[in-house]
Parts: sequence; C-alpha cells; structure tokens
Amino acid sequence: MRKNMKMADLVGADYRLLTVIYRLGIKLGFGEKTVEETCRESGVNCDTFLLIANVYATEGYVPTTEMMTAASAIDLVRYLHASHSYYLDHEIQDLSRIFEDLLSPCTPMQRDVIMRFFDGYREEVENHFAYEEDIVFPYVRSVAGGQRVEGYSMETFEENHNNIDEKLNDLRNIVMKYLPPVCDTVTAIRALSRLCTLEADLEKHTLIENSILIPMVNRLEGKCQ
Amino acid sequence: MSVTKKKILLITPSHIMARGIAGILEEHGGFAIETVLTDLSRENEATVRDSMADIVIVDPVIFDYASRPLGRSRISDLTDAAVVAAPTVLPDDEAMKNYDETISIYDSPAAVISKLRNSLAHSSGSPRTDNREELSAREKEILVCVARGMLNKEIADRFHISIYTVITHRKNITRKTGIKTVAGLTVYALLNNLIDPATME
Repeated sequence: MRKNMKMADLVGADYRLLTVIYRLGIKLGFGEKTVEETCRESGVNCDTFLLIANVYATEGYVPTTEMMTAASAIDLVRYLHASHSYYLDHEIQDLSRIFEDLLSPCTPMQRDVIMRFFDGYREEVENHFAYEEDIVFPYVRSVAGGQRVEGYSMETFEENHNNIDEKLNDLRNIVMKYLPPVCDTVTAIRALSRLCTLEADLEKHTLIENSILIPMVNRLEGKCQ
Repeated sequence: MSVTKKKILLITPSHIMARGIAGILEEHGGFAIETVLTDLSRENEATVRDSMADIVIVDPVIFDYASRPLGRSRISDLTDAAVVAAPTVLPDDEAMKNYDETISIYDSPAAVISKLRNSLAHSSGSPRTDNREELSAREKEILVCVARGMLNKEIADRFHISIYTVITHRKNITRKTGIKTVAGLTVYALLNNLIDPATME
C-alpha cells in the first residue's frame, strides 16, 4: 500500500474502504488521482489514511514507529468521531428500519421482545460512544496540543475499554436461528448481511482504538511531561 | 458393558494408591490404566486434554486447599471423561459432591469396580457428555431461570445441584444457541414459548 497508488485501485481491491474514505470526508469521483493527491485535496493526513486502510487490509496489523509518528492523532480522533456518527446515524438507523419491516408479520409479543433487545443494544452502543466522545477524545485533542490533563490517562481508557460485540452477536444468532417462520426470508437476509457488516466494521473500529490510538497517545503523553 | 476395556487416567502423587488401584483393576478386568500423572501441571493438563480416557480418577489432594472445590470442573474443562475422586486425606463432603463417584481407601476391590461402573452411568446422563444439539429439558429449565434473572447460586439451590453443574449447563446453553447475554437468552425463551410473557416484569 503506497501513497503513489491510484486511489481507485486501492478502493477497488477492498470495498470496505469506501466507508473509510466517506468517514474521512473524502468524496468519490477521484478519477485517476493517487492516494496522496486525493488525501491532500480533501485535507486529510495521508499517513493517517494509510494506517486505517492497513488495519482493514492486514489481519493482525502492527504499525511501525515511523507510521505512528507520521500520522496525526487529531485526524484519527476526527475519523473515530465520524465513525461513531456513521454507526449511529446510518447503520443502526437503517437496521432499526429493516427490523421494523422484518418483524411486521409477527405477533406484537414477538415484535416487542426483539425490538426491546435491539433497543438495548443501541443504548449500549450509545453509552460506549458517549464516554469516548465526552472523555477520551477531548483528552486526546489536548494531549496532541501538548497539554496534559490531570486525572486522566490513556491507561485508564485502556483498562475500561470493554467490548460491545456480545449483544450484536446474539442478535445475529437470533435472526439466523430463531426468527418466527412468518418473517420474510429476503428481509431477514438483508438484516443479517447488515448485521455482519456492522459486526466486522466495529471489530476494525475497536482495533484502531486499541492498536493505534492508544499507543499513539501514550507516545504523546510522554512528550507532554 | 462393552468388551473393550474402559481407559482410565489416574492422577495421584501416591505410589501406594497408583499401585493399589492398578492391582485391583488388573484382577477384575474391564478397566485399564492408560496414564498415571502425579499432578495437574500445565504440561499434564495437555496430557489430560489429549487423552481418550473414559474415567479420570483423581486424588483431590493435588489441588491446593483453596481451589479444591473447583478441582472437578478444572478436569471437566479438559475432558468429557467421568471424574472419580480417590481422596487419601479426609475429604470435604461438599467438594466430593461434584465428582461422579468417590472411592475410599477402605473400599473393597468389588466396591471400587462397582463405583467406577456407576461413574460411567452417571456421567453419560450428565451435561458434559450430552452431544445432542437440541437443548435438554434440564437446560431449558435453567435457561428460563437465567432469563428471569436468577443467580447461579439460586439456580443451584432450586435444583439441588452444584454451582459448577449450573455453570456447565450455562456453557452448554450458550454453545448450542450461540447466545451469550442474559437479555439474548430472554429473547430466546420468549420466542420459543419457554416463558409466559405475561409473567415477565
């Protein structure tokens, strides 16, 4: 993966990068431009983009020190924030509509039970994101600006960064295995493929936080003192 | 009982026990000691995991005092074999309940053989060797309790089973359904009419 590759080749080889470039604020229509040119025109740090793209492309990716130093913590936080909005405003919204559709032939009891579980999941995700938006991201921004904040550190975040994948995984199994037979199969497939995509993308999101954001900010914390 | 000998894996630090049990089994046939270990070190754990033993006979003295009540489940995590205790020191009755059988050092050879046979019978009806993928009646009962928010201890008391058995059941429920969270299990119970929705909340 190089800066002088054509952006279209990179995205063409891995369609998951489509939502990555969207979240970074890069629009389609890059024609024959390279990765570097496209990033520059959209005001995105090209190294940050490559870091994120590498997490998607390579299983168990560990960035080099040079990569980490070249990338921007501010840009990374901007990306993670955009990801949160993308999940809540697009993915989970869409899923909610698909579920309404999917469960419409069910009994009110069945509908309530599954929708209540779905809402429980949405609430868990919202709380998880809200903590990062309210506490972690402002902290990273201030450390990136050279200012250490008393009473918080990346270590605290690392210790409290819990997984939120269990309920999503349960939801996938409920739809696949235990959906009332009156439900429409094509709609169920639509729900399942969105659930799987969301699950896989959230896994990458967590990986970016754990294997890039945390070490990057640890390094910046050292510089502040 | 089939013609092939039932394989036994023995874990005891006592040579007298190891030779004594071997002697009894030689006389009676039907059982053959496959492996003898003196403790359950990490290396030996792998041996237990890879063994094809039908019964594990263990002296609970190999577990230190604090972890002794968990000893049985440590072995069950490694193998589906029946687990029989053969304590050399005075056993703690509560911990012994977790085993499929308990051999006393004063048992007659015939009693030892009969207990080993019993252990296989017990164990085949227990959750550990239940390979059917549908939930068993007992698993459904326990799932309903979990869905209603009961704690493992409360479930154990209600069914007069050990807390380790409850945990094993819960592991099997999750393995079979693929559902990990309590909220998810509640959805399962309601969708499958295991719970009357009118009784919830």
